[in-house]
Amino acid sequence: MSLKIEHLDHIYAAGSPFEFQALKDINVELEDGCFIALIGHTGSGKSTLIQHLNGLIEPTSGTVYLDGQDIFDQSKEDLIKTRFSVGLVFQYPEHQLFEETVAKDVAYGPKNLKLPEDEIHERVKWAIEMVGLDYGKIKDVSPFELSGGQMRRVAIAGVLAMRPKVLILDEPTAGLDPHGRDMILGQIQKLHKAAHNTVILVSHSMEDVGRYADRILVMYHGKAVYYDTPTQVFRHVDELEKMGLAVPQVKYLMRALKKQYPEINDDLFTVEDARDEIERVLGREHHV
Amino acid sequence: MFKDITLGQYYPTGSVIHRLDPRTKINFTFAYIILLFVVNNPVGYLIAIGILALVIALSKIPFVYVARGLKPLIFIVVLTFVLNMFMTPGQVLWQWKFLHISRQGLKLSIFMSLRLVLLVTGTSIMTLATSPMDLTDGMEADMSVIPGIKRFAHDLAMMMSIALRFIPTLMEETDKIIKAQKARGADFETGNLIERAKALIPILVPLFVSAFRRADELATAMEARCYRGGAGRTRMYVLSYQKADTIAYVVLAATAAAMILSRFISYPWPFPFN
Ligand SMILES: Nc1ncnc2c1ncn2[C@@H]1O[C@H](COP(=O)(O)OP(=O)(O)OP(=O)(O)O)[C@@H](O)[C@H]1O
Ligand SMILES: [Mg+2]
Repeated sequence: MSLKIEHLDHIYAAGSPFEFQALKDINVELEDGCFIALIGHTGSGKSTLIQHLNGLIEPTSGTVYLDGQDIFDQSKEDLIKTRFSVGLVFQYPEHQLFEETVAKDVAYGPKNLKLPEDEIHERVKWAIEMVGLDYGKIKDVSPFELSGGQMRRVAIAGVLAMRPKVLILDEPTAGLDPHGRDMILGQIQKLHKAAHNTVILVSHSMEDVGRYADRILVMYHGKAVYYDTPTQVFRHVDELEKMGLAVPQVKYLMRALKKQYPEINDDLFTVEDARDEIERVLGREHHV
Repeated sequence: MFKDITLGQYYPTGSVIHRLDPRTKINFTFAYIILLFVVNNPVGYLIAIGILALVIALSKIPFVYVARGLKPLIFIVVLTFVLNMFMTPGQVLWQWKFLHISRQGLKLSIFMSLRLVLLVTGTSIMTLATSPMDLTDGMEADMSVIPGIKRFAHDLAMMMSIALRFIPTLMEETDKIIKAQKARGADFETGNLIERAKALIPILVPLFVSAFRRADELATAMEARCYRGGAGRTRMYVLSYQKADTIAYVVLAATAAAMILSRFISYPWPFPFN
C-alpha cells in the first residue's frame, strides 16, 4: 500500500504558551513494498509523523493518502480499518501489555478485527513464533512475568498478528542486547521479503539502517530533508553530521580508503560488502 | 480529552501575579473563597468580580484560557441555576402549570451559579499563575504555622508535590496507552455501556502497572539519596515577602472590608429579595 504525505503540518498544544510545531510541510510518497528507515535527531518529529500514518493524531493542516484514500476524511469505522492496514508498534511497546496471558494479549488485535476463532489462534501462534519465542512454553505465561526483552517481543507480536500491510516500528530495538536486536530486525526483514509488506523503521542505528533499508527518510527539526536510497543519503556525510546524525562506521572507513585508492567504491555500508570491495581492489595478499 | 482541564496547570507569563510569594497567593485565594460565602448582595458580588478581573488582567493570562477551565463545569452551573430557580419557594413572580419562579429563587439561582463560577475561576487563576513547586512550598510554609498540622507539613507538601509532578506524566502515559491500543484496533466509542467499560481494561491495567512501577522507582531513588522526611532539612530557596506582597495584602484587607460592609447597605427595590 502506498502512503502519500502531502503538506503535512502538526502543531502541538496550539494556542497555548507550550505551542510547538513538530512537523513542517512534509511531502513524501512512500512506495509500496519498500523497507523504509526513518532517521533524525531526538525531537525531530519522527514519532509525530508516524502517528499520522494510521490516523492516531490529526494533522494541523495537510493530509495523508493511503492508496489514494484521504485517511482523515473517512468514517470512524473506515479509520479503524485503516489502523488494521497500517500497524504501528510504539516506542517501548511493552508498556501496553494488559492481558492475563501472552496468547490473550497477542490475540487482542485480531479479536478487534473480528476474525474467526481458529484464524485468531493460528495468527497468534504464527506471530509469537515470528518474534522468536516458543509458543508452547510462553502462551499461558503472564506477560508481566517476562523479561523486558521478551515483553517487547510479545508486544511486537501483538501488532504482527493483525498482519498489517504497512508495518511501522518506532525504535523497536531501543534498550535490547545486540542479539535481541539482530533477531528482531532479522525477523522483520524476513517477513518483509516473504510478504512484500511495506516496513517503516524508526532507528537511531545507522548500521541497522544501512543494512536493512531500501529507502531512508531523514527528518531534521520537523522537516523531511532527504528521501532516497541509502547510497544516495549516506553520500551527504557532512550534512548528516550537522544534523546530529552520522553514517555507518564502514562508510567512514571506505571514505578514508578512497583518498588512497581512488578506484575504490565508497558507497558501501555493510561489513560484508566492504570486505569484498577491499579484497577486489587491494587483492588477497594485502588482506591480513 | 485532557486539553480542557486548566485547574492545576501552570501558565507562565512572568507577570506581577506570578512573581508574588506563593503564600500570598494561597492566603489571598483562601480568603477570597471564604468571602464568596460571606457575600449576599449585588454590590458584594460586583466587588468580587472586579477584584478577580483585576487579578486576571495583571496576570497577563489570556481570558479565554482561564475561561476554558469552566467548560467541564457548565453542566453543574446550569443545573444549580435551574434547580435553584424553580425549586425555591417564596413570592411567586411567574407561573406556568407546575413551574414557578419566585423572587427568592431568582436571587438564589443567580448568586449560587455566580458563586460557583467565581470559586472555580479564582482557584484556577491561582494554579495558573503559580508553578507547582511554588505552590507546594507555599502550602508547606502555611501549614507549618498551624499547630496541629505542623508536624506533618513537610510530608503533606512532599506528597502533594509528587502527586502534582506526576499528573502530566500520567496523562502523557494514558494518552500513549490509548493510542497504542487504538493502533491495535481498540474502539472506545461504540457498543453498549458494558462493552465500553470493558474497552477500558486495556488502558487501565497498563496505566496502573506503570503508576506502581513509577512509584516504586521513585521511592528507591529517594531512598538512595537518603531522603528521610522533613526533620533537619534546610531550604535552598527561602520564601520571603516583597513589596508587592504587602500591596496584595492591603488590597485583600480593603476588599474584605468592602465585601463585608456591603452586607449592611440597605438596597432599593428590587434588591431586598427577602
Ligand atoms: N504531546 C505532545 N505535546 C507537546 N509537544 C510534544 C508532544 N509530543 C511531542 N512533542 C514535541 O514534538 C517534538 C517532536 O517529538 P517526537 O516525539 O515526534 O520526536 P522524535 O523524533 O520521535 O524523537 P525521539 O527520537 O526522541 O523519539 C519534540 O520536540 C517534542 O517535545
Ligand atoms: Mg520518538
